[in-house]
Amino acid sequence: MKVSAQHVDKLYGESIALRGVDFATADDTQVLVLIGPSGGGKSTLLRLLGGLESPTRGDIFHESTLLVQQTDPLRSFRRKNGFLFQAFNLFPHLTALQNIMLPIIHVHGQEAAAAKEVALSGLERFQLADHAEKRPAELSGGQQQRVALARSMAHDPDLLILDEPTSALDPEMKAEVLDVIEELVEAGQKIIFSTHEMGFAKAAADEVLFLAEGSVIAQGNPTEIFDNPPDERVGAFFSRVMKW
Amino acid sequence: MSADSAAVEVSAPTKSHSISTSALVIGIGIGLLIFAFFVSMIWVVASHNFNFDAIRPYFDNMAKGWGMTLLISFLALGISLGLGIFLTAAQLSPVAPTRWLTRIYIELIRGTPLITQIVIGYYLLANEMGIESKFWVGIVILSAFTAAYLSEIFRAGIESIGKTQWESGRAIGLTTSQIYRLVIIPQAIRRVLPASAGLFADLVKNSSLLYIIAVHEFFMQTREAIANSYASIEGLIPLAIGYLAITLPISLFSRKMEARFKYES
Repeated sequence: MKVSAQHVDKLYGESIALRGVDFATADDTQVLVLIGPSGGGKSTLLRLLGGLESPTRGDIFHESTLLVQQTDPLRSFRRKNGFLFQAFNLFPHLTALQNIMLPIIHVHGQEAAAAKEVALSGLERFQLADHAEKRPAELSGGQQQRVALARSMAHDPDLLILDEPTSALDPEMKAEVLDVIEELVEAGQKIIFSTHEMGFAKAAADEVLFLAEGSVIAQGNPTEIFDNPPDERVGAFFSRVMKW
Repeated sequence: MSADSAAVEVSAPTKSHSISTSALVIGIGIGLLIFAFFVSMIWVVASHNFNFDAIRPYFDNMAKGWGMTLLISFLALGISLGLGIFLTAAQLSPVAPTRWLTRIYIELIRGTPLITQIVIGYYLLANEMGIESKFWVGIVILSAFTAAYLSEIFRAGIESIGKTQWESGRAIGLTTSQIYRLVIIPQAIRRVLPASAGLFADLVKNSSLLYIIAVHEFFMQTREAIANSYASIEGLIPLAIGYLAITLPISLFSRKMEARFKYES
């Protein structure tokens, strides 16, 4: 995939979330990872790349095509991609199975029977077959995040965007979700994700963006970024997060 | 104490019935108090010397009035539900003037006594418009009154569903109306049920105010029966039971619906 941003600013009222973000990935990037300190603009950039919000200024391109910032093109962009939130965001009134079926039926127009088949195979894929009839409150955090992942994968998305998918999980559940993401990476899924799991980021990424204070501080392949931090702020961040 | 109540809170969702001693003692104490209250009330009522002979000839009329109240309540409930949904949509509209006008309507209705609305509605508005039917004017006024409160309950219910649910719906590509229909409203329904049921019980009781424009409903028939028979308590007891016979099923129905929409969140 080729993703790029040109002169992107994002303001929420008075506060500046992104300032002059400019980057372009290589044409054959499969996994792009966003790292950097909290509040540095990772989530905001992901939301813009995922078409959930519009930049205040500047343009976003996917495969060199401008993402048109209007309701309909944004919605059809979101429909063919998948977005996963830190806090899972499942629908609490629906079972795991119904959560996955809902977009297949109402967004992608399939019959209930076909949607159920797709949803069940998704649950199977993420080792959730026993939990199909449970509501989110009956599932652990790791299970909820895997259901959310199954929901965003059910329509075979072009691009999967994950916003700190393991930040709300304890270490064991982190591992079970990262395993699933690793499997998706190996299967060739195009992914953009943000994370604080530096080991995983290094292993999975083709390309890394380091964001701080609303700007891209550094960009490069994982070896460049992790082994030879090109900017002192990047180095300082690593020594902080790796300390313990 | 705070540690004890925390223990109860934690144990509630997992349904392990480990209730702390202090909670048990308080619970039993409250139960005994309510029970004693009931017993003493029943004793007071039972020791009264009732005589239903005087009012018995009017039971037929009272029954007719009860039927009228049931019909008015039923129709006003349906109309106020429809109007309440309409007003809720207007309150959530992206068009600002629509929201303002709805707001003005709701504040006018909620800020004035129902009895003045009935009098002005019938003697001024309906009269000027040449509408004669007290029955329908009464139903429309009751519905207009109830709908204003109902739309506030609905709006609060919808707004209580978190922003993340909207995000999630948008992320999977749902349209705004689909998010309302598939995500927000199904979750809001459970939250608005108890308050709505209470409001509908109010509606039933409020219909008694229509006696002021001489709608022959239950309260008016009972008033006339009491006036003619010189009975008092003997007339009021069937009146209370008659209203309960309508409001209790509403309450039970709401409980049933709550159980149907129940899920942990």
